[in-house]
Amino acid sequence: MKGAPGPRTLVSPSQLRSTRGKIVYWVLFSLVLVAFTLAFLFPLYWAVTGAMKTPDELARVPPTLVPEQWHPETFAQAWDELDLGKYFLNTIVVAGGAWLLQLAVAVPAAFALSKLRPVLGGAVLGLMLATLMLPASALLVPTYLTVSDVPLIGVNLLSTPAAIWLPAAASAFNIYLLKRFFDQIPDELIEAATIDGAGPVRILLRVVLPISRPVLAVVSIFAVVAAWKDFIWPLLVLQDPGTQTLSVLLQRVAPDLRLDLLVAGLVLASLPMVGLFLVFQKQILAGLTAGSLKG
Amino acid sequence: MSVSARRRRRLAENVTAYGLLSAALVVFAVFSWFPIVRGVVLSFQQVNFVDDPEWVGLANFELLFADPLFGVAWRNTLLFTGLALVFGFAIPFVTAVLLNELRHARAYFRLVVYLPVMLPPVVTALLWKWFYDPGPGLFNEGLRAAGLPDSAWLDSGDTAMLSLVLVSTWANMGSTTLIYLAALQTIPGDLYEAAELDGAGIWRRLWHVTVPQTRFVLLVLLLLQVVATMQVFTEPFVMTGGGPDDSTVTVLLLLYRYAFVYNDFGSASALSLLLFVALGVFSAAYVRLTRRSAE
Repeated sequence: MKGAPGPRTLVSPSQLRSTRGKIVYWVLFSLVLVAFTLAFLFPLYWAVTGAMKTPDELARVPPTLVPEQWHPETFAQAWDELDLGKYFLNTIVVAGGAWLLQLAVAVPAAFALSKLRPVLGGAVLGLMLATLMLPASALLVPTYLTVSDVPLIGVNLLSTPAAIWLPAAASAFNIYLLKRFFDQIPDELIEAATIDGAGPVRILLRVVLPISRPVLAVVSIFAVVAAWKDFIWPLLVLQDPGTQTLSVLLQRVAPDLRLDLLVAGLVLASLPMVGLFLVFQKQILAGLTAGSLKG
Repeated sequence: MSVSARRRRRLAENVTAYGLLSAALVVFAVFSWFPIVRGVVLSFQQVNFVDDPEWVGLANFELLFADPLFGVAWRNTLLFTGLALVFGFAIPFVTAVLLNELRHARAYFRLVVYLPVMLPPVVTALLWKWFYDPGPGLFNEGLRAAGLPDSAWLDSGDTAMLSLVLVSTWANMGSTTLIYLAALQTIPGDLYEAAELDGAGIWRRLWHVTVPQTRFVLLVLLLLQVVATMQVFTEPFVMTGGGPDDSTVTVLLLLYRYAFVYNDFGSASALSLLLFVALGVFSAAYVRLTRRSAE
């Protein structure tokens, strides 16, 4: 939106067009531009360049704005020394599995509640939505105990990715978001497919899913981002160091690690999510307003 | 269609529906509903993993109340929440109002303000810990450049909590700002025009049009922020470990210690029950509000 007039806002167009208005606008614009760049981009610049400074230079007062000597190989060194390949893989397995399981659980459930409307469906949905009222921390201890000894089958899931996948799959938020979207699909479409002889499962796969791409994208992205960012739950359930995610690893090694290696590790651990954001900006920002207010 | 054929079809539909719901029902039952009940029961039990859990009545609560850190943790948490509201609520709103008036570089502003949201919280916390370093840290250098005295940041009980709030505000303000911005963009322009014709200046338009028109979003985000910030854990755990002098021990950090340092799952559950009760009012209000908006 480059200089487009846009809808009417607080300041009137005539005020903006006046000389004084123009001066105030451009001063304000420059201030916000500088403030935003300093506040949000500069720390990231500091981290990326900091990783490439020597440990000596990192400890210097006052700090240098631009590295005197560039050491991009610190990233490779951090990768090797921290065995980051393994922890990336752990994190991908945790986030990817959580994502797939969440979809596999929530999509059919939301479809059944929205389009098949079974007996007691309202009560089931209500019981699911009620869990949204619970602060996550209230369930940390009992869910931890449940994961360490799953009722009925008596399996200990600690230090396995399933300890993260299964509780993540009990997401009322996903079911709510998907159900709201499915509710908007006209019943006539479902009936027409039924008359053509398609059963509910076929209708879900062939009719509903193809037109649900936008909401599936939102649910997917948020599932992956949430799993990648999560810290407290992986910290509790992935106690075996070999199974930990990047966040848990970084927190564990931070106190004893050489600073340039640590900062390089931090930068590397952030890259996938920053990349994801750059690619899926539109979906993420659209899902932000849909999700946070109506979840 | 005869009555019995219709009934048969309805039954078949119910069977299919519950078939599709079965995965969701299992994960919700095992990893959500069961832990909810278990959490309450645990609060009144002593658990040591050797003997069967023993019913101890209110002993867990008595133990908590006798712990000098109990009061400290609640005070610190309320301080964090209070400060986080002042910063995390006011700054994004002002920023959003400002951004809404700017006609240039909007995509850039949206992009950079949201970037920190994508960083894993552990990465943000560790980066900021380094920025706060009293020696070669970025922030003291910034203060010096501005001719201001150094700050102890995380190393002093007086500033540690504020320093944590600043990190958390930086990391999370992207989503709040963009939600406000989306809300501001739904305000009909004629409201501003009408107010202007009635002789209202910019401040009065802000107060009498912008604020009432976004009141709902403001309220929901206020509730959400209270619920989220009362559960603060990652920042104090990673950055200060609760210090200096217990000035950043939060309720969730204390809960973590009870459960995973002292292995007292009963008292930890009792503490989460208290946190749940404290937040229950806010959560219930939030769900009521969103229901109303969804309909």
